[in-house]
Amino acid sequence: MNKKVAVFRRERFNAAHRLYNPRWDDATNFRVFGKCSNPHYHGHNYELEVKVTGEPQADTGFVMDMKVLSDLVQQHVVERFDHKNLNLDTAEFKELNPTAEHIAMVIYDLLRPHINKAHDMQVRLYETPRNFVEYPA
Amino acid sequence: MVYLTRVEHFNAAHKLFNPQWSREKNEAVFGKCANENWHGHNYELYVTIKGAPDPDTGFVLDVKKLSGIIKAHVLEKVDHLNLNEDVDFMRGKMCSTENLAVAIWEQLEAFLPHEVQLHAVKLYETPSIFVEYYGR
Repeated sequence: MNKKVAVFRRERFNAAHRLYNPRWDDATNFRVFGKCSNPHYHGHNYELEVKVTGEPQADTGFVMDMKVLSDLVQQHVVERFDHKNLNLDTAEFKELNPTAEHIAMVIYDLLRPHINKAHDMQVRLYETPRNFVEYPA
Repeated sequence: MVYLTRVEHFNAAHKLFNPQWSREKNEAVFGKCANENWHGHNYELYVTIKGAPDPDTGFVLDVKKLSGIIKAHVLEKVDHLNLNEDVDFMRGKMCSTENLAVAIWEQLEAFLPHEVQLHAVKLYETPSIFVEYYGR
């Protein structure tokens, strides 16, 4: 019988970014990315949901201590990206275009090493209340 | 008198930074909001007008018209832009949510038809921080 349970922790960070492919000229960037490529950046309130799936432990009843999960997200994600410019202030997006897709993939890779290997993990990232992505899909 | 509210949203970069202060003082007062290379928000804007419903239409104001005024005089000037660098009506002002709400009021007031009055501008910077401005 499947005894797996998914637990979620939601955190937030606010950041500036722009979508820009340095191999394209400004006109192509604007054609593809529209106002998201505006040169002086814009920004978002990002909402991050981290999902961890596994069987509750017999002794605690927890899949994973949510305080531990919260601290991991704070330490590895929020402190890195909150009130920053993703393009200018973070090593992760020096070369990588900071689309919601890429940000979700980067966050997954930052957190995965700290989560029990026996557990599945997924991140959902809201760029706005209406646009969100999930990784892995 | 009936109050009619239109909700709009925009995404923008900004920083809180007083150019008359040193970097140290800005960081002491504004913390991470003073980050040199900006940060950003999904702003949610609530514009409330008041008036008597028109006997022929039942409307205080055609809400499509209200939306068009907000789009033309606010959203097109701020959305996906940098509030400190790109917005004419914030030039020389501190880009706090308070000042932005007052400036949005001033942008809108002049363009509303005479039969309605602006009642409130409510502006969310994050889901847990918002300001309200009711005019002078």
